[in-house]
Amino acid sequence: MRLIVLALGLVLTVACPALAQRVVADLSQSRVSITASFSGSQILVFGAIKPEVGSVIKETYPVTDPLSVIVTVSGPLEPVKVRKKSRVAGIWVNSESVEIDSAPTLYKIAASSPLTDILSETEDLRHRISIPKAIRSVGEAGEVEDLSAFTEALVRIRMANGLYESTGYSVRLSEQALFRADIDLPSNIVEGEYTTRIFLTRNQQVVAEYARVLDVRKVGLERWIYNLAQEQALLYGLLSLAIAVASGWTASALFRWARG
Amino acid sequence: MQIYLPIAEVSVNLLFLLSLGGMVGILSGMFGVGGGFILTPLLFFIGIPPSVAVATGANQIMASSVSGVLAHLRRKTVDIRMGVVLQIGGLIGAGVGIFVFNFLKSLGQVDLLITLSYVIFLGIVGGLMFFESVRALRRAGQPGAKPSRRRQRDWVHSWPIKRKFRTSGLYISVIPPILVGLVVGVMSAIMGVGGGFILVPAMIYVLGMPTKVVVGTSLFQIILVTAFTTLLHAITNHTVDMVLAVILLVGGVVGAQIGTSIGLHLKAEQLRVLLALLVLLVCFKLGLDMVIPPVDLFSIAAAKGEG
Repeated sequence: MRLIVLALGLVLTVACPALAQRVVADLSQSRVSITASFSGSQILVFGAIKPEVGSVIKETYPVTDPLSVIVTVSGPLEPVKVRKKSRVAGIWVNSESVEIDSAPTLYKIAASSPLTDILSETEDLRHRISIPKAIRSVGEAGEVEDLSAFTEALVRIRMANGLYESTGYSVRLSEQALFRADIDLPSNIVEGEYTTRIFLTRNQQVVAEYARVLDVRKVGLERWIYNLAQEQALLYGLLSLAIAVASGWTASALFRWARG
Repeated sequence: MQIYLPIAEVSVNLLFLLSLGGMVGILSGMFGVGGGFILTPLLFFIGIPPSVAVATGANQIMASSVSGVLAHLRRKTVDIRMGVVLQIGGLIGAGVGIFVFNFLKSLGQVDLLITLSYVIFLGIVGGLMFFESVRALRRAGQPGAKPSRRRQRDWVHSWPIKRKFRTSGLYISVIPPILVGLVVGVMSAIMGVGGGFILVPAMIYVLGMPTKVVVGTSLFQIILVTAFTTLLHAITNHTVDMVLAVILLVGGVVGAQIGTSIGLHLKAEQLRVLLALLVLLVCFKLGLDMVIPPVDLFSIAAAKGEG
């Protein structure tokens, strides 16, 4: 059934070249540098919608439904463990836990209209656009009764931390041709390759998509310390101890000097 | 002022961390406790991952302990020999403790048992200490009263392999200090906390050491434990955040100096009352956490690292 729909969709797109669209886009910066004073960043995603080469432009023929734009920014995917507390003999303890196979460390959606209005459930599932779809959890069957409660909790907690966000009307689309969206990156982001995806939808169907990689990297001192901790762990540990001893001694010496 | 931490991967407020370090340092210098019990939860609270908070906390506590010990050394209130003996017991105890912990873990529901026994234990120690020191304070207030001598010295005196612990003014067998170190080592391995809270009362009441010497000696003991912890975490988990540690320890080393001089201006009994209150406070807080319904039933933990 799904194959038929897919095939039909394909035939339709090929048969009606007038509908074919293409997204051309760029980011205000292709990399985000995390320095010691990093306190979040804002990236601007902007672009234009162009008709596919060879398709007929029918400007005076507005029978087609309007286009919508969805922009998503996703952090690196990582497995996470969600724990649940429950009451055992009057005391709250962590009782159940679920390991979610992969969840983006950051996930932001900006759209020109509310997401549910411009994207069908099937298309969402296929492209993994909305927040719940971006999280993948196979789940250990039978281990917990309610797997979705754990996924929902993950989304809720990360939303509260400003890591997950989904907003409608946050992509400005002008003249069905130009669009722009401002995406806020909070200060608690991790480094890695972030994927920026842009989806063009019409009648709740994705008609074009575009992806760009945004490189988030620690630089300078942050980079140096991180590398040292990972690659020269023993040296790093000893250095930490040396700093501790030296500062303890310095404070002691200073106080003795201050007292005369 | 915000600063981004390279290992914890979060941005934090510099002033908050400085004052947090200072506060923990004061407690450390005054009472000879590490202060991890305050530091670690507060670090969690500002969004630092638990594994980083624990590892980096150890590094900070080590720095304040060094600072505090140096201040105590100047006043000759560190019994190094006793510290070393306790340490020997502690190392054996830590080994035994990890073994016991794994055994308990295989039985299941180990968290509950540990927290519960820790709360009860702290409650008893804190309570007894509080009443003893209040009584001592009252007695000291009466004119002509003799300072009380503690009973436990009698049985401690009768054991073999006696050594002189000059700074503490004791001539006792090395077996009781080793046993004390052992018990503390086992407990800190099982409960994952530095043993200051258990060690300090044990030194006062079981070994009969003078309160002022106890603080310095406890700090001496803490240095070695936390140095070892820091190194272990740095090598196996890469979770020591140097930037976080430096910020915390700047406050910590200064605080430890202040704490030490406050401690030396207090009477031994007053110091014990305050410590008893602190122990009871920690006990109360831990107990409350267990009983109060959590704000959010769910929490997120990294799937990698501490499994």
